[in-house]
Amino acid sequence: MATSTGTAETEALAAGEGVRRRDFIEIAAVSAAGVGGLAVLVPLISQMAPSKDVLAESSTELDISAIEPGQAIKAVFRKQPVFVRNLTPQEMEQANSVPISSLRDPESLAERTKEGHANILVTMGVCTHLGCVPLGAGEGENRGEFGGYFCPCHGSHYDTAGRIRKGPAPANLHVPDYQFTTDTTIVIG
Amino acid sequence: MSFPWARVYEPKAPLMRYLDEKLPLPRFVYNAVGAGYPVPRNLNYWWNFGVLAGFALVLQIVTGVVLAMHYAANASVAFDSVEHIMRDVNWGWAVRYAHANGASFFFVVLYLHIFRGLFYSSYKAPREMIWLIGVVIFLLTMATAFMGYVLPWGQMSFWGAQVITGLFSAIPLVGEPLQVWLLGGYAPDNAALNRFFSLHYLLPFVIVGVVILHIWALHIPGSSNPTGVEVKSESDTVPFHPYYTAKDGLGLGVFLIIYCAITFFQPNALGHPDNYIEANPLATPAHIVPEWYFYPFYAILRAFTVDFILPAKLWGVLAMFSAILCWFFLPWLDKSPVRSGHYRPLFRKFFWFGLIPTMAVLFYCGGAPAEEPYVMISQIATAYYFLHFLVVLPIVSSIERPEPLPYSITEAVLGEDKQVVLGENARPPL
Repeated sequence: MATSTGTAETEALAAGEGVRRRDFIEIAAVSAAGVGGLAVLVPLISQMAPSKDVLAESSTELDISAIEPGQAIKAVFRKQPVFVRNLTPQEMEQANSVPISSLRDPESLAERTKEGHANILVTMGVCTHLGCVPLGAGEGENRGEFGGYFCPCHGSHYDTAGRIRKGPAPANLHVPDYQFTTDTTIVIG
Repeated sequence: MSFPWARVYEPKAPLMRYLDEKLPLPRFVYNAVGAGYPVPRNLNYWWNFGVLAGFALVLQIVTGVVLAMHYAANASVAFDSVEHIMRDVNWGWAVRYAHANGASFFFVVLYLHIFRGLFYSSYKAPREMIWLIGVVIFLLTMATAFMGYVLPWGQMSFWGAQVITGLFSAIPLVGEPLQVWLLGGYAPDNAALNRFFSLHYLLPFVIVGVVILHIWALHIPGSSNPTGVEVKSESDTVPFHPYYTAKDGLGLGVFLIIYCAITFFQPNALGHPDNYIEANPLATPAHIVPEWYFYPFYAILRAFTVDFILPAKLWGVLAMFSAILCWFFLPWLDKSPVRSGHYRPLFRKFFWFGLIPTMAVLFYCGGAPAEEPYVMISQIATAYYFLHFLVVLPIVSSIERPEPLPYSITEAVLGEDKQVVLGENARPPL
């Protein structure tokens, strides 16, 4: 155009087209604000995770010498109940006689106990369905159809190895990480 | 939007004229729930429950703010602080019982409001958005009520929190870390109690905001009515004030009589005695159930007992959430152009003999122990619940032959033969 005083670039800009140098600043500014905004979400989300004092309670030492065969005790680990059961030979026999492949969550008794202490079954006392405390650790409580634990909330039956046999729970009672520090002492966590 | 014949706000007092110029809040109220909002003249008492739900929300906020002045959200003192409210705080017992029973009555009113929407198909175009927002309000109210029930830190509070957050652990892979994150620990404790209190205080105000959207969306097409016939002319409507402020006022009086009777004479009838025992993380109550208003959904959760591709637990959780989420699709599942159940003979049969008994059975089974025959009955009822919304409604709406509709709301009220009275609302001669 004869009357134009600008370059082709400025004319394109006047028509609202093309790439401008200012686009860089706009994209950079919005990106920086976006990344900054996302970074703010990190503390907002992670503040809800367990705090240090909650995590600090994550180990429990137990003396198990007083548990007679056939008895169980309840202890507390991370503010949740733990069951420690001293299995009788009949209970171990009962647990070992079940074909592993027939189980919902296939695990043998040996896999759920420590070598040399096959009679000591340590499990969380937290039903894997929705987290109620199953019955069976206390004297005279209902131990369910398979002689282990029974959850009264929604009717899950666990066998003598704490494995799920009947009811809505999807998995065996969880075995926490633990070690024998002596023959009669365990440390959970 | 409103109908062209809606009355226009005309402030007379100088102060009101000044206010109208600077901040037209009175005009806003006048158009929303005053004489400036034309409403169908034939609304029955089923249309009371929206206003009653709004009243219940305000009641909960007022009593809740008062309770928060005396309550301590710390796991070591929460239970005692509730007993302190009951025994030591002046009128504390009254405020707490009003709040606890207020929650129950809020749900009574909400369920009746939803019942109205389902029978008269209030969810159909052009009112889909009102329905969708309403479902959101219902979900928010359920979350708020659940968190509120945890605060007294009794046995049911604790185990309710354990079971409900346990629902999230059913989600594959992320479920268990998610539950730990939600609780801020491995079991409900101080962290969970504090955040539930924070959110329990926040969410009601979020609900107020969403309720405003609900009413805003309502004012675009205007209220539905028992015939389901849209408003055609001015004689089909009356101004909200004084006609429906009066009608809602009567309903509010009846509501208050029943509410006060329960609150003052049977304040614990709707609660569980176990919640007067302080939370004990090592002993689950023998019979653990949620508050009555969650029974139907709890029954659906427990109805799934067999693994089928996915674990039974995940099926239960998915079904429980789907039971409400399927309401979001209702405006498109029910394709009948006729709204009111009064003119839909087949729909009516499935509604009264299918859906309503199913809900009643689920209500009953949700509060019953997890054993036979209740499990099997819940399974049958759950199956029908989903069949009703996903299969029965679409089929019924396409094969049904509806009964003839009145020509207009005025005709439905005054009768067809009154040509002189009806005027432009009369059916045009054939």
